[in-house]
Amino acid sequence: MSGTLMSGSQMVLECLMREKVEIIFGYPGGVTLPFYDAMYDSPIKHVLVRHEQNAAFAAQGYSRATGKVGVCCATSGPGATNLVTGLVDAMMDSIPIVAITGQVTSKLIGSDAFQEADTFGITRSGTKHNFLVKDVNELPRIMHEAFHIASTGRPGPVLVDITKDAFQGMGHYQPVTSIHLPGYRVYTEGHAGQMRRAAQAMWEAKRPMIYAGGGIIHAGAHAELQELVELLDAPTVCTLMGLGGLPGNHPNFISMPGMHGSYAANMAVTEADLLIALGVRFDDRVTGRLAAFAPHAKVIHVDIDPAEVGKIRNPEVPIVGDVKKVLVKILEDMKATIADKAINEASRAAWREQVVAWKREHPLEPSMSPDAIKPQHLMAEINRLSGGEAIVSSDVGQHQMWAAQLIKFHHPRLWLNSGGLGSMGFGLPTAIGAQFARPDKLVFAICGDGGFQMSIPELATIANHALPVKIIIMNNGYLGMIRQWQELFYNNRLSQAKLDTFPNPEKLAGAYGFKGSTVENPNELRAALEAAVKEPGPYLLNVKVASFENVYPMVPAGSAINEMVLGPPQPVEVA
Amino acid sequence: MLQLISLLMENKPGALMRVTGLLSARGYNIESLTVARTLDPGLSRMSIVVDVEPNQCMQVIKQMNKLVNVLQASDLTEGAAVRRELVLLRVRSQMQNRTAILKEAEIFGARAVDSSVEGFALEATGDPEKLDEFIEVMRSYGEIEVTRSGLVAVSLENKKLKLAPPVHKDSEVESSSPAA
Repeated sequence: MSGTLMSGSQMVLECLMREKVEIIFGYPGGVTLPFYDAMYDSPIKHVLVRHEQNAAFAAQGYSRATGKVGVCCATSGPGATNLVTGLVDAMMDSIPIVAITGQVTSKLIGSDAFQEADTFGITRSGTKHNFLVKDVNELPRIMHEAFHIASTGRPGPVLVDITKDAFQGMGHYQPVTSIHLPGYRVYTEGHAGQMRRAAQAMWEAKRPMIYAGGGIIHAGAHAELQELVELLDAPTVCTLMGLGGLPGNHPNFISMPGMHGSYAANMAVTEADLLIALGVRFDDRVTGRLAAFAPHAKVIHVDIDPAEVGKIRNPEVPIVGDVKKVLVKILEDMKATIADKAINEASRAAWREQVVAWKREHPLEPSMSPDAIKPQHLMAEINRLSGGEAIVSSDVGQHQMWAAQLIKFHHPRLWLNSGGLGSMGFGLPTAIGAQFARPDKLVFAICGDGGFQMSIPELATIANHALPVKIIIMNNGYLGMIRQWQELFYNNRLSQAKLDTFPNPEKLAGAYGFKGSTVENPNELRAALEAAVKEPGPYLLNVKVASFENVYPMVPAGSAINEMVLGPPQPVEVA
Repeated sequence: MLQLISLLMENKPGALMRVTGLLSARGYNIESLTVARTLDPGLSRMSIVVDVEPNQCMQVIKQMNKLVNVLQASDLTEGAAVRRELVLLRVRSQMQNRTAILKEAEIFGARAVDSSVEGFALEATGDPEKLDEFIEVMRSYGEIEVTRSGLVAVSLENKKLKLAPPVHKDSEVESSSPAA
């Protein structure tokens, strides 16, 4: 047999090199010892996180910030089960990561061996695809298949579970030159006829509305999106996953639709006669009551995943394809029929004025108070410091919604958040991955006092690598979103929503060898944030904010998105 | 509603689990499932009958087609297809009934595959309703034990199998663009 004789561990590393992997986030264990031993001689950087879940999140952070495949590694049993949340999270948000897990020796599988878990079975539904490798000779093919599946089509997580004997076994390595997965069909081109119909529908629309999602970011279609927005001159919403797809300061951008979307966004979607849905999946948090979502609109839906088209809403113009390629083609078609632009331009001009009026009527504006720092005030200050350029990795909850509403992103891949799964604990480890990917960038980890404590061990990783992540705790002393729902829908019976203890941030950061502080005076907020940013290393800034602030607008569950609650009920005057 | 799905899939460990997992994750109950290899030993043909909410039939097929191990999933509930099931049935009977049982079996196109002093083992194929009748009739002769294969089906339409061509490693284009 020809090829270079090497161990399975070496083969895995060789494949990672060929896939241009620069960094692995992981945690070693018993059965991955042979792999970690081989890694000792490898130029690939390994970052030792403090919990496997955070390895998956850090790999996501790396991927979300760059578009490249993130890699994480964990041992068998508990190592693999700890990865699961990060994998499912990547699945929900279509983030390409490859997870390598160790498995007990193939002869021991099924014997309830030490640290054995059925990783292949457990991760089946939480990954785009997964593999169990028991034979060293299969490793090269499977490793490259894993990267191919993760990064093409609708991206997603792929797990490769490798037995200890496959890591240790020797085989003849031969480079993989072609990948043959006959059942893995990726449709990128889009149907020519449907794309022409889409172009025609756009020129015919009187009240067109662009609804852009995470697919724009994944496909790198931001430039094409902007071209479409400007050619049609249509108002545009970006979903939580699509923020940065169109620059946040673009005049046509009217923020996010849905449960905590802007008034203008939800009104415009409701009144539109054409909804141009690009790389979105009509998530329930966006649509509210489905029957009342964009009720007057004809829908063009572009998505690379055939199962998404027609899953929630049957589009009049379905297009399965890569949204970048499809937009290029639609733009060509639109330019070829530019004379049709005049047909309904007058109606569209009136529509734009209407949308601007809605925007003025209820703008997303930070409310300020002289007595306490309002969460919105905090986000506005971060927005000012970022200038649309910083990476913001958010945790999950109220702060996530305020950040999404008030921080503007001028580019894609700056706003990193757990959209679909909504995993608390996401913010800090994802910021770590992003900072490794983009050492040139200012990276904020914005966390609530709840989510931060879920990934608090990663302060060690941050300190370890002197990562200059700016950790901003929006500390309201509560699980804010839980408290908000309990207040609004459960008669304010605050059950298990109060977080009574929070560590002293100065001492906490100090214990890890970096700086931390608390700010609670609104007049000192700006200086405190500036000091944190100026600090060359990491910084933990605990911002004590008003506890009982609610996120508005809010579409109550089961309501139509134009039935927003715009603010707290006004106090009733008693005569 | 009961949906009949025919799948052509890779004969690999875990492939079955991916298909059934997709159904169980949605809380759908599988009525019957058969799977066996095809002319190509690397491939299996699976027929599933599953109770699916009517508006989800399309979605289920689409999700199955997304599975890496599945080459083709098609809905045979309505389309032109031959649907058959096999039943193996053991009937205990008194000596005086034996001739009647064999006569009755003949009407259903069933045949005896084993005979003993206790009774017969019979084999019948047909559509499920016909087999239900057959089983009912046999029950009237004595104690029976039944194993049904579940529905197997073959489409009568020539559906073009769309397969992904091999991808050459070096010609592979990055699908995602680098950061701005």
